[in-house]
Amino acid sequence: MEVIMALTVGGMVAGAVYLFLSRQYLRVMFGVILLSNAINVAILTVGRLTTGNAPLIAQGAEVMDRAAANPLPQALILTAIVIGFGLLAFALVLGYRAYQEMGTLDTGAMRVAEPEDMP
Amino acid sequence: MNAWLTAAPILIPMFTAALCMVAWKYPVAQRVLSLMGSLALVIVGGSLLSIVLDQGIQVVQMGSWAAPFGITLVADPLSALMILIAALMGFCVALHALGDIDPVRERGGHHPIFQVLMTGVCGAFVTGDLFNLYVWFEVMLISSFVLLSLGGLREQIDAAIKYVCINMVATACLLLAVALLYGVTGTLNMADLSVRVPAVPSQPVISAIAVLFIIAFGMKAALFPFFFWLPATYHTPSVSVQAIFAGLLTKVGVYALIRVFTLIFTGDREWTHGILMVMAGITMIVGVLGSLAARDLNRAWSWQVVAHIGSMVMGLAIATPLALAAAAFYMVHDIVVKTNLFLGAGLVRRMAGGSTDYARLGGLFKSAPWLCLLLFVPLGSLAGFPPLSGFWGKLLLVRAGLDAQHYVMVGLLLLTGLLTIWLVGRVWAEMVWKAPAEPPADTLSTLPFARSYALVMPLLLLSLITVSIGLQPERLLNVAGQVGESLYDTSAYVQAVLGTTPAPQPTQLGALETGAAP
Amino acid sequence: MMDSLILRTGVRLLLPLMLLFSVFILWRGHNEPGGGFVGGLICAVGFALHALAFGVKAMRDMLKVDPRSILGTGLLVGILPGFLGAFSGEPYMTAQWLGALGTPVLFDIGVYLVVMGAILAMVQTLMAEGDD
Repeated sequence: MEVIMALTVGGMVAGAVYLFLSRQYLRVMFGVILLSNAINVAILTVGRLTTGNAPLIAQGAEVMDRAAANPLPQALILTAIVIGFGLLAFALVLGYRAYQEMGTLDTGAMRVAEPEDMP
Repeated sequence: MNAWLTAAPILIPMFTAALCMVAWKYPVAQRVLSLMGSLALVIVGGSLLSIVLDQGIQVVQMGSWAAPFGITLVADPLSALMILIAALMGFCVALHALGDIDPVRERGGHHPIFQVLMTGVCGAFVTGDLFNLYVWFEVMLISSFVLLSLGGLREQIDAAIKYVCINMVATACLLLAVALLYGVTGTLNMADLSVRVPAVPSQPVISAIAVLFIIAFGMKAALFPFFFWLPATYHTPSVSVQAIFAGLLTKVGVYALIRVFTLIFTGDREWTHGILMVMAGITMIVGVLGSLAARDLNRAWSWQVVAHIGSMVMGLAIATPLALAAAAFYMVHDIVVKTNLFLGAGLVRRMAGGSTDYARLGGLFKSAPWLCLLLFVPLGSLAGFPPLSGFWGKLLLVRAGLDAQHYVMVGLLLLTGLLTIWLVGRVWAEMVWKAPAEPPADTLSTLPFARSYALVMPLLLLSLITVSIGLQPERLLNVAGQVGESLYDTSAYVQAVLGTTPAPQPTQLGALETGAAP
Repeated sequence: MMDSLILRTGVRLLLPLMLLFSVFILWRGHNEPGGGFVGGLICAVGFALHALAFGVKAMRDMLKVDPRSILGTGLLVGILPGFLGAFSGEPYMTAQWLGALGTPVLFDIGVYLVVMGAILAMVQTLMAEGDD
């Protein structure tokens, strides 16, 4: 199972890198989405894939009495998703604004901050 | 009590930001709150540093969750020093912002978002947990996005697009690095990591993860070859934002590099620190050459930010106690000087009619002699003229490099210094001596008194800090010496966080795999 | 803004239900799946629907306060209960309990308000852009 997951992550990262190579801002953002999802899958995988019970301690007990799934990765992933969501929302609004201001989303054509004749 | 003082650097700016947001419609209230909050942060930073130097490393377990499981906040000498200096910069910039930020940006929420940025910066300095470090980086990042594009000029939007792209990738790299490290060690607490990482059976994996950390933090710190976004963006936002970005943001990346590569990845120094050494050397040269090629004051300073990042990372890469102390000393000096330079460039821009192109500068000595004197302090310190702070920083680094026999690096450092002197001479000639192209558009005396006061006072304050470090370097040298020692021998840090110094243990996740309860 | 009778009529019925449901989810989060984050999201979606049906201005009038002020209030509500631990000499964020009720509820309410404020601020900015 780990091998399949690892290959999936690898494939997703490869796709993300391919999208990063595009000059279109929107494709780059799709690459970012793909990459952050790949990393979320990676977190899930490195946290060990166990088909166990929910990590809940029985009432009255002090410690867990059986093997259970690792509760940490889902907390990390949730945090990463929320943060990624916020960043992405901002990035897309920014892209929309850029399109309004400059009439293009081709990053090669965006030379306002760094004019071509500047060293 | 001390526990609360350790958490305060996060709580104060967060609290201030919350209050500023509640008062969203009342800019005047926001100004007062922002200034008070920044001042409170300075006081807390000062007392935290003195307590840490007196009583040793301060640790607080948030929510009373014991060390490797909960989030730990740690104030060691480096953290406390960085918090104090960040707080000072925050105060100076908050003061400058009173005169600098226009009503549009103020309504857009400059003050609350600035405080959120300070929360992120201080959080990154004080946390002892790797994932929490990632979270604080994100807090810093999203507020820097907003600050960068606040105002909505075309130039800003253009710069923000590039800044957002590179930082999204950097963030993803950091998260992946943290995840992989968690995968091999089963912990995210930095002190716990420093114990467990040497016990990992396959050390090459650790070296690979270390390189991923170099890439992630290198992008934040603008190290070669990841520096190109910095000169493309830093000249676009408002002056206050430029100053705080140039002063603090890249240095948080350097801080993270120092923290991770002194505490966690120390096993394969030849490989990791070798990479850092090469990157540092090229960064210095590329940065200073770029600054010489620029024909605009703001751009030249942006390239200088890159150049001096190299110097600090060189101290980390040498990794002797003296070199680490030198890196800390240099970082303090550089933060103060860069903030000052960008604030000064803002004033110069104001007088030259909205541009810092060399062609439009000139005659400053005639139009504002006092400002020239004030600007000479950061310029001289940047060039490393004795007795200003830059001289001592460079001296320490050269000494550390010679002791460790890194002659090439010392040569590069001195070459960078020489070229920086050239740049400073040129800027001085262009800005001060040359006859102006046109009479100054807007002198400070035409502004309301309170506003010009708010604009100039921070420069005076920062110059005073630079001069006092220069004239009396012993105090900072002592602190930097303690920082160097504590970074070189991290057993005190581990002891303080975990309570004991446990023997290296196998990964916790191993227990999960065999089915036993963790 | 979408000019649709079905949507407007539907939203009038849906909004109170969604608000009620969001509070229920918030309350349920104390001991079972749920919590401030989801609750805040549901609440924000309710208001966003209202903005879709009646326009952003109507939403703003109904809210009375700026979404960013809601965000700030939420942040305050989240931060302040953490200080209660000071009275018993415990570190920041240590949960204090009064029977089954504790400071985590207050923190969750803070999260609820922060999420709601943040999402509505985003919705407001995006839809205001679309209006002109």
